[in-house]
Amino acid sequence: MFEFAAALTLVSMALVLFRAVKGPTVYDRILAVNTFGTFSVILIALFGFLDGRPEFLDIAMVYALINFVATIAVTKFIKFARLGRTSNVEEVDDI
Amino acid sequence: MIFYALLTFMVVSALALLWLRNLFAVVMLSGSFSLNAAVLYVVMDAVDVAFTEAAVGAGIATVLMLGTLALTTSHEKADPGVSWPHLAVVVVVGAALIYGTLDMPRYGDPMAPIHQHVAPEYIERGPKQTGMPNVVTSILASYRGYDTLGEVTVVFTAAAGVLALIGRRRKKKNGVIKRTRSGERP
Repeated sequence: MFEFAAALTLVSMALVLFRAVKGPTVYDRILAVNTFGTFSVILIALFGFLDGRPEFLDIAMVYALINFVATIAVTKFIKFARLGRTSNVEEVDDI
Repeated sequence: MIFYALLTFMVVSALALLWLRNLFAVVMLSGSFSLNAAVLYVVMDAVDVAFTEAAVGAGIATVLMLGTLALTTSHEKADPGVSWPHLAVVVVVGAALIYGTLDMPRYGDPMAPIHQHVAPEYIERGPKQTGMPNVVTSILASYRGYDTLGEVTVVFTAAAGVLALIGRRRKKKNGVIKRTRSGERP
């Protein structure tokens, strides 16, 4: 069963990668890369069970967090066209 | 099968990185490439390397490149065309490197010279001498303790230096810049 799930995940990754390469708009690519990251997380988890070491689940969770942070950064870049604070804010306290 | 599928994805991503001219797409694909490499490291049992690759390659590097894009432009200039001498040099060097790997022992071979030098001694003596169940931890924190302390010092100094350099100036209510985070002068 895990083999089947892993094979299906790989097929989905191929499809998503195609969309990331082809994707006409920016949003196609953001969504594709985010989904690719999610599939990577699933693949690590499945590989842990396939290999008989479910401890890999921790790594999958860390990857999910990194994927989330990266997607936040990308969407913020798209919205504000910069990563720092918006320029019209005059006084902002320290981070 | 997972191994070869991931390798195929990486090759496809790399070719697309070369082919695309929209730099935003290139940044996104390079992040996905890094995550792919990290999964490949997990499959190859190099979990610590995979952590580093995911945090640095997919996380920080993507964000830094996006910041660069915000300061510059997101479209590459026109293709200057293929430079044949450079291509020839690259192909020759690549072929030499691939030829060099032919002599290497099989992946994960326990009889490889690198696994026969000092590794058995550490695996045997490590738990007894240091009392740690993990071999890597016993080497990093005990046998190489001073080295690790030095590394941490270097990283701390680098972080302190970066904070001193890019600490933002702090504005006061009356509009006069009193001081920056790093020191006296703005």
